[in-house]
Amino acid sequence: MSAEKTISIAGENALIVYFADKPSATISTEIATTVKKLKTYLGATLIDLVPSYASLLVIFDPFKTDHQSVRIAINTAIKKINNTPKTSSGSLVTLPVYYSSESGPDLQRVADTAGLTVEEVIAIHQQSEYRVYAIGFAPGFAYLGEVDPRIATPRLATPRQQVPRGAVAIADRQTAVYPAQSPGGWNLIGLCPQLMFDPKSSPSMPVAVGDLVRFEAIDKATFENLGGVL
Amino acid sequence: MNNGLKVIKPGIYSLLQDGGRYGQHSMGLTTGGPLDRSAFHWANLLCENPMDIASIEVTVGGLVLESTVTTTLAVTGADIPLSINKQPAPLWQSHSINPGDLIELGFARSGSRAYLAVGGGFQADPVFNSVATVPREGLGGLHADGTALKSGDLLPCKRIENTSLWQLPENLRADYRQNSARLRVVLGYQQEHFSDTQLQRFFNSGYSVTKHSDRMGYRLEGAEIIPAIEGILSEGICLGAIQFPPDGQPIVLLNDRQTMGGYPKIGSVLSVDIGKLAQLSAGGRVNFEAISIEQAQSLLAENEKQFVSKQLLKLCL
Repeated sequence: MSAEKTISIAGENALIVYFADKPSATISTEIATTVKKLKTYLGATLIDLVPSYASLLVIFDPFKTDHQSVRIAINTAIKKINNTPKTSSGSLVTLPVYYSSESGPDLQRVADTAGLTVEEVIAIHQQSEYRVYAIGFAPGFAYLGEVDPRIATPRLATPRQQVPRGAVAIADRQTAVYPAQSPGGWNLIGLCPQLMFDPKSSPSMPVAVGDLVRFEAIDKATFENLGGVL
Repeated sequence: MNNGLKVIKPGIYSLLQDGGRYGQHSMGLTTGGPLDRSAFHWANLLCENPMDIASIEVTVGGLVLESTVTTTLAVTGADIPLSINKQPAPLWQSHSINPGDLIELGFARSGSRAYLAVGGGFQADPVFNSVATVPREGLGGLHADGTALKSGDLLPCKRIENTSLWQLPENLRADYRQNSARLRVVLGYQQEHFSDTQLQRFFNSGYSVTKHSDRMGYRLEGAEIIPAIEGILSEGICLGAIQFPPDGQPIVLLNDRQTMGGYPKIGSVLSVDIGKLAQLSAGGRVNFEAISIEQAQSLLAENEKQFVSKQLLKLCL
């Protein structure tokens, strides 16, 4: 069963809840459940929540509530986790990917490192359902796990100055889609034509923490029809 | 139409900021907003504005504006020479501005951030409910794309006439000449992974501000603090969190911090003291003092009470 959860002070108006020492699907579901409950319990006294791999940062309005009240709300939410069905609370999102050497410059090297063919790497990457463990680093950057150990590949020794928007990448047992052009050290295996972060649309992201993600291979023509640019 | 302040020179680094962008951490968005909330609040109150309305954060100085509108204007914060039509004008008070007026800021003699507010605030389209400029995220600001002010920008503002002018009494103004700050800290996060020796060393040592300090965080230099753990699973970071990378030198995380990080943290600097830190320039001296959570809560409440317009003196002209 789940380990003992602890609540620590993070700052004058913030508490952090540690759910476990290691991330797992169970812990991720528990965190997502707690997020939902706290939004209800804390209402307008809540400023923000940062769910991550095995923790949840709770930031509150110190002029409307205090540490003790928020601690009570968190404890109540945690106690109710065990009464909540252990199914995934998030939705399943499918993201299209154009896997190729022209869209994924590290694809061949990932295959070589793994001792597999490029086709096998592409197939394995699509076989898993990935969980959104955390969103951070940049707006819309979702950390997805876990990558099949056969294609887990360490980060580049020297990060690239520019990784294009939509790059689908692997770092160890994590995978992600770069939401915007940025520097980055992950291994690039394809491009996703769907915007991962768009401040002009609502919702601005196709995924949230706790959701599940599947990748689906598309060809170049489909990629371009969906608005993808090489 | 086209009423506002025209940017003749943007200066070193000038950003449109309001109270900040909140409730968006789940998409990885940081808060932005003024580093020195106290000076920012006073600039707005001097212009009879709500405290968190959009004004300009001027880092170090050099901003030159030309007005096309009748309004009021106030500059607070860092001690930057201000002139209106080449006539020296005092900080910490509001001034009447007419079309054609030239507003020039020199460079800071002490402090690092000044705030320039106008009556009714600057108008810009909010992104996620805020105009706070966060260049790293490409969000907010005049063009909603995270860019800093540049020559030729027109900062739209309302026509404001026949309002009173105000001044903040001298005893309430901050003085940055010492270039030093004592920062109060609420212990927390991975605190238990710092030994008593390390904690004592941290609180009894002075640190200095390095030049690698910006709106994301202030990097300090001084006694090395090595916690018992090197890294942690990435977790949420709140304003003022003090983190220790493997080199043992503290970084205090500020308004534009990344929302998650994996370095051990000892606790967080009281928000009331964040502005004091952000006014320091490279070489500035920093000391830390631990306070209890109860002390922090009463200090916060006490601080908040001062920002009321009845503290201001009406200027008789």
